[in-house]
Amino acid sequence: MTMRDLYLLVPLAPLAASVVVGLFGPKLGRSLSHWLCILGVAVSFAASIAIVRDVHAGHLFDGDIYTWLASGSLRLAVGFLIDPLSATMLVIVTFVSLMVHIYTVGYMADDPGYTRFFSYISLFTFSMLMLVMSNNFMQLFFGWEAVGLVSYLLIGFWYERPTAIYANLKAFLANRVGDFGFVLGIGLVLAYFGTLDYAPVFAKAPSMAATTIAPWTGSGWSLLTAICICLFVGAMGKSAQVPLHVWLPDSMEGPTPISALIHAATMVTAGIFMVARMSPLFEWSETALSFVTVIGATTALFMAFLGIVQNDIKRVVAYSTLSQLGYMTVALGVSAYSAAIFHLMTHAFFKALLFLAAGSVIIALHHEQDLRRMGGLRRYMPITYVTAVIGSLALAGIPPFAGFYSKDAIIEAVGLSHVGGHRYAYFAVTASVFVTAFYSFRMLFLAFHGEERFHAQSGHDGESGSHGHDEGAHDAGPPRESPWVVTIPLILLAIPSVYAGWAYVQPMLFGDWFGSSIFVREPHAVLGEMKGEWQGPLAFALHGLATAPFWLAIAGVATAVYLYLVNPAMPARIAARFGAITTLLDNKYYFDRFNDWFFAGGARWLGNFASTYGDRTIIDGWVVNGSAKLVGIASRAFRRIQSGYVYHYAFMMILGVFGLLYWWGAR
Amino acid sequence: MTPYLSLSIWVPIAAGLAVLGVGRDRDAAFARWIALIGAIAGFLVTIPLYADFDTATSAMQFVEYASWIPRFGIHYHLGVDGISVLFILLNSLMTVLVVWAGWEVITTRVAQYMAAFLIMSGLMNGVFCALDGILFYVFFEAMLIPMYLIIGVWGGPNRVYAAMKFFLYTLLGSLLMLVALIYLYSVSESFEILEWYKVPLEMGAQIPLWIAFFLAFAVKVPMWPVHTWLPDAHVEAPTGGSVVLAAITLKIGAYGFVRFILPIVPDASRYLSGFVITLSLIAVVYIGFVALVQADMKKLIAYSSISHMGFVTLGFFLYSQLGVEGALAQMLSHGFVSAAMFLCVGVMYDRMHSRQIADYGGVVNTMPKFAAFMMLFAMANAGLPGTSGFVGEFLVILAAVKANFWLGFAAAVTLILGAAYTLWMYKRVIFGPVANANVAKLTDIGRREFWLLTVLAVAVLGMGLWPKPLIDVMHVSVANLLQTVARSKL
Repeated sequence: MTMRDLYLLVPLAPLAASVVVGLFGPKLGRSLSHWLCILGVAVSFAASIAIVRDVHAGHLFDGDIYTWLASGSLRLAVGFLIDPLSATMLVIVTFVSLMVHIYTVGYMADDPGYTRFFSYISLFTFSMLMLVMSNNFMQLFFGWEAVGLVSYLLIGFWYERPTAIYANLKAFLANRVGDFGFVLGIGLVLAYFGTLDYAPVFAKAPSMAATTIAPWTGSGWSLLTAICICLFVGAMGKSAQVPLHVWLPDSMEGPTPISALIHAATMVTAGIFMVARMSPLFEWSETALSFVTVIGATTALFMAFLGIVQNDIKRVVAYSTLSQLGYMTVALGVSAYSAAIFHLMTHAFFKALLFLAAGSVIIALHHEQDLRRMGGLRRYMPITYVTAVIGSLALAGIPPFAGFYSKDAIIEAVGLSHVGGHRYAYFAVTASVFVTAFYSFRMLFLAFHGEERFHAQSGHDGESGSHGHDEGAHDAGPPRESPWVVTIPLILLAIPSVYAGWAYVQPMLFGDWFGSSIFVREPHAVLGEMKGEWQGPLAFALHGLATAPFWLAIAGVATAVYLYLVNPAMPARIAARFGAITTLLDNKYYFDRFNDWFFAGGARWLGNFASTYGDRTIIDGWVVNGSAKLVGIASRAFRRIQSGYVYHYAFMMILGVFGLLYWWGAR
Repeated sequence: MTPYLSLSIWVPIAAGLAVLGVGRDRDAAFARWIALIGAIAGFLVTIPLYADFDTATSAMQFVEYASWIPRFGIHYHLGVDGISVLFILLNSLMTVLVVWAGWEVITTRVAQYMAAFLIMSGLMNGVFCALDGILFYVFFEAMLIPMYLIIGVWGGPNRVYAAMKFFLYTLLGSLLMLVALIYLYSVSESFEILEWYKVPLEMGAQIPLWIAFFLAFAVKVPMWPVHTWLPDAHVEAPTGGSVVLAAITLKIGAYGFVRFILPIVPDASRYLSGFVITLSLIAVVYIGFVALVQADMKKLIAYSSISHMGFVTLGFFLYSQLGVEGALAQMLSHGFVSAAMFLCVGVMYDRMHSRQIADYGGVVNTMPKFAAFMMLFAMANAGLPGTSGFVGEFLVILAAVKANFWLGFAAAVTLILGAAYTLWMYKRVIFGPVANANVAKLTDIGRREFWLLTVLAVAVLGMGLWPKPLIDVMHVSVANLLQTVARSKL
């Protein structure tokens, strides 16, 4: 088997599994279906490992598979670019996907849509892999939209629930707003570079750095700034950056495995990956970089605040995802692309872990998601508890867990940067360390410590309903640890959450891991600056102990300990004291209300107005039916002439003859 | 040489007349089978048109030339190039689907119904391959009659208004075209369309000619603001009528732009291109909003058709290979997707006898297979990559950005609006809990419906994943068209 076949195998194995299970799932039965899908992703994962080794042995690939379309001088192809960046992403995506596939066997065990679910998650894996492996903008856009489609299908997986089908439409449309920018960016690339393949575009970028375009006469925009901002608008949709983040919390309506796979570990990182991939373009635009920085910083801090007030265990994790995506975006903005991908990787592990742990809790409590009805679970679910602690430590950025290395590297990089908005960004990423530590441990304590509040449960407003897996919910015995298909993925994800930081920080950030796949211009090389002081992961961790972020994290944990373990009555009093802020946070800064009123309501109003007045009244009423009426009126008048009396006609004839004679004589 | 083009015209017409002659209401099955055999035969004779097509030349192929009315130099002159050939295939395929779609659904006047579609199909093939102005005009006008009857006889409660509106709207446009054709004869002494490409014309003559042709074709497309016949016609037409109307009839309007307007009056076209682009963008954006609030599914899809056809006219008037090929791809794709969407509505209408979105909800619970098909077509309608709907939209948006960023900006709004109106409808109709007792009683699609939708699904996905074989057919002809258009006639 040549390497090219291996590359093909990576996306095609999950696709084949997805198609077979999607079409014949009910006939194949559950176990054959899930084995097929797991096998597909496992093959893909194994191939990815082989590819990453091969890439680090120096074998890169940039070639086409087939020509999709040709028009004039333009040739659009489906092709692969295999370099360290895409190979790394392949491993992350297929590994998390494999874990989620295994986990799903347990989590969805009682769901009537079992085979459909497997088909979807394998299709998702295929889409994400196509996006990552692409060597051109067209295929990037294909993967980009395809992950959006599967996300839509999965958020609305329980299609009977009104909230779910509201959330999936919202997610698709918010993503489409991003894609609107994205497609314009692609259009500009084609218009000025004449091709959509990465390699020639990147090669030509330096010579285009001074090119300006004039969207209206008299203006002069840098071409690359316009392209980068348009592309980044797409990333804002997919990677849920303010103000296009609104869909991500609602996407928690989907089953938990996909929250882990799609809405934490992979799809939402597509935007981060894309910007890193486009580093040869972004590097030439200071404006675009500082735009990216400011958006990322805003997302990192303000979404973290929202994590504090959530009571739904999945939503806490969802807001933490938003905040962490903000970190990655800031890293991109300050040209620390490797740090962004590094954080993307560690985050994929520990966030998938946290989601799956949350899912484990949710099934143990018979689809209860409200933190207020949990507590004291550590006694009943030791494996889930320990892995959740590991995940939380990693998320909070406590050394030596994975999150510490990636997050601290980002904070340091921001500190060294000079891109516009770097002071604001430094404040935001530092401050949200405290907030992150606080809400992660708040969640941990509310779920696993304190008094057992789950016996008091009555209603199920979680993932229950008509899905037939609440058997035993009413004679709720003590919660039990989840089966091995659930705990094994937790353990397998906990391992990299512990060690991936110190193991990979050196090669990824300061070594030659990414090689030429990421381009950084000299004035932006913050990681290069950090490299000068680099003395190994241990020294980095020790140094970390002496810096503000570490103590902020400790303070966050301590605050959580005090408020939720020592003095559990405090939070309510604080919330009441700061009523206005609580209301603001409870309403998520009113983004949803504004969007519903302005965009959704406005579009409907405009549609109704155009339909009623434009089409019905003016065009149809006045012009079309009006001219018909005019003909009617005119014919009523002319009908009088048709009187039926011969002498009327004879008289008219004579008049006519005289008229003709006069005209003839006058010539 | 086998006269494939004549066969593609006259086989369906002959089959239609045969059905009319032998079919009796008592023996509907017989009429159906004759119609189906005729439609399949009609499709089979068009396959050589693609298989034997020479993609290296822009000259007319499969040419047939005979004298018809020698006194005025009118000929029976047929031929296809890379622009027209695919539409003959599309049309002939659609005829098979439409005959099959009406199989058990139409129970009154079966023979006449089937005959109308077959005859219509032949006439439309004639429109696509006529190279003589008068021959074109005859086909162009004659095809109004079967469609008028389809809407007027097998249509809904308000069918007479809709049929009249359809008829008068289009007739009004095309009468001016007749004047234009006669004028062109008077200056060139010929009814050969290809001769007219070469005849010099003053701007003073080009502008009135342009207006005359434009009115005829803009109504057919339809472009804003002469579009209001389409929603009414669709709502009242039976499913098959809607399918043919959306998939083929609208394409004839767009085809007129590339066969007549652009090459015959190139200077006027360039002069007025801003006007057409404006109307096209209004169609994309304004009609997108109108589609959003429709309560009737067929109306919604009708408006979405107008919006999608806006991309076609936009693409033509960008004067680039990418734009024109994108527009032609959009025409083909819209043929599949709109046909599929109307068939989907038809499937539901046959069971519930309602097209109101409000009467539905939770259809997926009782019709899961159908819901999966409709999901695919809805996504294609929203222009998702991997489906045919993406190809044309993407190319036209790219061409528009290349021409002027703001044109691309306005055109790309469809990404949001198209998804909004299609998926919002899908959500209200298909998703959710079972809305009422009627939905609870629905039965999933049967074998006939399954295979009908499968054919279209394969077409939609095939074209989305590998459009190259279709687009390659167009290259040389489009390049030639752009050269013709670039030459001034002044």
